[in-house]
Amino acid sequence: MTVFLVIIVLALLAVTGWQISKIFQLSKGSDEDTSQVANDKDNRTHGILMLAFVIFLYVITIFCFWEYSKFYLPEAASEHGSEYDTLMFVSIGLIMFVQIITQGLLHYFAFKYKGKKTQKALFYADNDKLEFIWTIIPVITLAGLIIYGLFTWSDIMNINEDEDPLVIEVYAYQFDWRARYSGEDNTLGKANVRFIEGVNQLGVDESDSYGKDDVITTELHLPVDRPVLFKFRSQDVLHSAYFPFFRAQMNVVPGMITQFGFTPTITSEEMRESEYMRDKVKSVNEVRNERNEVLRAQGEATLDEYEFEYFLLCNKICGQAHYNMQMKIVVESEEDFNAWMAEQPTFGSTMEESSQNVDRPEDTAGNGTPEAMQEDSEGQMETENAPEGENAVASVE
Amino acid sequence: MSALATAPAHDHHDDHGHHHKETFITKYIFSTDHKMIAKQYLITGLLMGIVGIGMSILFRIQLAWPEESFWVFEALLGERWAPEGVMSPSIYLALVTIHGTIMVFFVLTAGLSGTFSNLLIPLQIGARDMASGFLNMVSYWLFFLSSVIMLCSLFVESGPAMAGWTIYPPLSALPQAISGSGTGMTLWLVSMAIFIASSLLGSLNYIVTVLNLRTAGMSMTRLPLTIWAFFVTAIIGVVSFPVLLSAALLLIMDRSFGTSFFLSDIFIKGEVLSHQGGSPVLFEHLFWFLGHPEVYIVLLPALGITSEIIATNSRKPIFGYRAMVASILAIAFLSTIVWGHHMFVSGMNPFLGSVFTFTTLLIAIPSAVKAFNYITTLWKGNLQMNPGMLFSIGLVSTFITGGLTGIILGDSTLDINVHDTYFVVAHFHLVMGISALYGLFAGVYHWFPKMFGRMMNKNLGYIHFWVTAVGAYGVFFPMHFIGIAGLPRRYYTNTSFPYFDDYADVNVIITVAAIITALVQLVFIYNFFSSMFYGKKAVMNPWRSNTLEWTTPVKHVHGNWPGAIPSVYRWPYDYSKTGEDGEYVIAGQDFVPQTTPLQEGEEELNH
Repeated sequence: MTVFLVIIVLALLAVTGWQISKIFQLSKGSDEDTSQVANDKDNRTHGILMLAFVIFLYVITIFCFWEYSKFYLPEAASEHGSEYDTLMFVSIGLIMFVQIITQGLLHYFAFKYKGKKTQKALFYADNDKLEFIWTIIPVITLAGLIIYGLFTWSDIMNINEDEDPLVIEVYAYQFDWRARYSGEDNTLGKANVRFIEGVNQLGVDESDSYGKDDVITTELHLPVDRPVLFKFRSQDVLHSAYFPFFRAQMNVVPGMITQFGFTPTITSEEMRESEYMRDKVKSVNEVRNERNEVLRAQGEATLDEYEFEYFLLCNKICGQAHYNMQMKIVVESEEDFNAWMAEQPTFGSTMEESSQNVDRPEDTAGNGTPEAMQEDSEGQMETENAPEGENAVASVE
Repeated sequence: MSALATAPAHDHHDDHGHHHKETFITKYIFSTDHKMIAKQYLITGLLMGIVGIGMSILFRIQLAWPEESFWVFEALLGERWAPEGVMSPSIYLALVTIHGTIMVFFVLTAGLSGTFSNLLIPLQIGARDMASGFLNMVSYWLFFLSSVIMLCSLFVESGPAMAGWTIYPPLSALPQAISGSGTGMTLWLVSMAIFIASSLLGSLNYIVTVLNLRTAGMSMTRLPLTIWAFFVTAIIGVVSFPVLLSAALLLIMDRSFGTSFFLSDIFIKGEVLSHQGGSPVLFEHLFWFLGHPEVYIVLLPALGITSEIIATNSRKPIFGYRAMVASILAIAFLSTIVWGHHMFVSGMNPFLGSVFTFTTLLIAIPSAVKAFNYITTLWKGNLQMNPGMLFSIGLVSTFITGGLTGIILGDSTLDINVHDTYFVVAHFHLVMGISALYGLFAGVYHWFPKMFGRMMNKNLGYIHFWVTAVGAYGVFFPMHFIGIAGLPRRYYTNTSFPYFDDYADVNVIITVAAIITALVQLVFIYNFFSSMFYGKKAVMNPWRSNTLEWTTPVKHVHGNWPGAIPSVYRWPYDYSKTGEDGEYVIAGQDFVPQTTPLQEGEEELNH
């Protein structure tokens, strides 16, 4: 495919080059004109090329819409996403309409009125009526777009707290993400980078009782059809939490908490089984298989078979591994979500365990990466049975 | 005609030489003559452009064939940044950063506006030179100094600035976060501070010159649109550049003196920093308060140049002169109150987002008026397809294509999902990058005879235009589609996301188109330098144009006109004007220079 497209591009350029070489020859004809100012022959050639150019523009437009519009993201997996997509399609339709007409006129006029010695231009300096018309048409169209856009914007950005959204903190650092669920009380414990120590990699305030039941994870699991309110916090530099499949994005700013809310509507499983995604995964795997053949020939490790998962990615330049700062998102049924959540250790239990292990320095050193904090659930069972641990909780409370 | 025009000029020049002893240094280096300074700006800008475009080719190669080994990387980047010929992620970000900085500031601000403001303001308003020739010289040399410092930063051990051309802190403030934020960023900031000083000196000079030194009869409504554009551009520059300077100074303080303007609550490399209470969002506001007007600082001169060239080569007056001036003023005013559209998802209050959506979409109105007026100017014209004209039509085309996608990005709702994707890259490259470059090329082809007294080769110009026109769309049109598919910009490689694997083909096409387009610029560079020495000698008014610069002798003289400064009797767009009998105002000539008094029975239209 690539080769084919490259050939098309090269062929088009070759045709251009060939045409131009003709111009060269023509301009060096019998009536040698060396003034370097365009003569009628130049006007003719380039008038025609202008027409050819607008045809090229139309062709490349049709080609891109034909070939590349399949790249457009799948059906939005969030409640506001369908509104977003509608607005997007209305806007694209509108601008393509204007694009086709204005480019057509511009290049057609360039072709139609190409200069001739005998031709006289029309002295036409002003027409208030015309100018009024093409001021007022954009005014009306844009007023419509602005109003439509602003209603959608305030729908999306005004978070309705009455619906009791699930509160989740998305925590960014160079170059990974963590999610902190607010636990049973649905309230996040206070946190600040100044509390970061040992296994407490997110700087949750141990003295804040709201934080005890917080759950910190490396994957983002979301129950389907339940509003979620994300609170974003960064440890070091600016990041941006971009959820392309949910039509959501918010910058993550050190020193302040930003927020964005949406309701996921399509589970990962449903998305994987959609027609769009089956085609997409198939075409991705074709590309990967092609590449694997090359890798195999070179005796290198091959790529895994791709299976679709939602992801969250960093979309604000944040350092050298910016290109690989991602987190898996799983949208699942309420039951699956609860089951998964029950397996995760709470912040309180993790801290207790680490205080127990304080005499085993190799465990508590904290390697500087939150991976160290990823404890398996067996460890958690031990701490829950430990009486000292319970005392510790009580004393803090 | 050529002989007539040049002979007396030559005499006068020799004569002139007796007044001041001009040495090589005062004539070519520390010159205070605006024409020489314009040429200095242009050549410095072109050299910076070669560096900037070259960088884009390097990172485009990496994007098309990620993490593969190329000898060109090893040769240009060295073992440190391209071990075994594979580009490292850090230098990728550095190339992206410096490409942006060089193209926006050094090529399109200084190279375009600096060149043509200097060349055309005195010539087209009928002045002997800028209001202050000395300040003008200082302005150029500060620009030169800042270019040298920017280029020096490429050779710093820890690498040049890598935080993107927008240098958002904390990334740009903390060397712990990325190596380029050490000495490289310091040099970047120093270079930009000097650049701003240069730009301010230049702009103040342009404003004063336009206001005070117009020749007799040259009222504001008789100014060519080029001058209106340069004048308003200079005003925007004076209003907005100081804000960037303050942002840069505050950032320098945060970096070097431990203040907390932009930094707060940071834990990096195992330690908590003492900064408390600053906000990166404040920096974003300050940066974009310049950053957005900057787009128009780049674009307005290009539009001004285009207005002039389209009118001349259509042999028709520009359609709706007053509407064009009003649009320039409206764009200038609106450009200072739309900066927030770069920050819809920055964490800024959503209500502010609504306000900025409103002002941003308003700016589409004057832009649309300008586009329609250009199209109407072509209608029923007698189009002379000189290379400058082709580039001007090309500019209108890319301005429309790029401007229309602005309607999507300016809508806060739609921005949510395309923010910082390749859609943005496609949009701004077409609307300000390519359009402004076309303006630069159009201006060079059109005023080359005025600058160097020789003509550029038109056939090479045609090749340059057509390949560039096809190539530029080939590069940026497909980018919209991968952007809207969610592909983020500034990614060293997309291979970490298998979901993006099937966009790899598109990236190859884009890179191939970019390489071809970049290569054809060599044709322009060759044409430029060879025509300077071997081009055909120009006549005084090769394009049969009305404006004052074409009444000066081909051979440059200090003071522009050998005799008295000419007076002006009409606006500059009396092309193909006919009397009531249907004959041209001046028989047999379809243009009436501004210096021609009203003919008997001729009516001056109230434009």
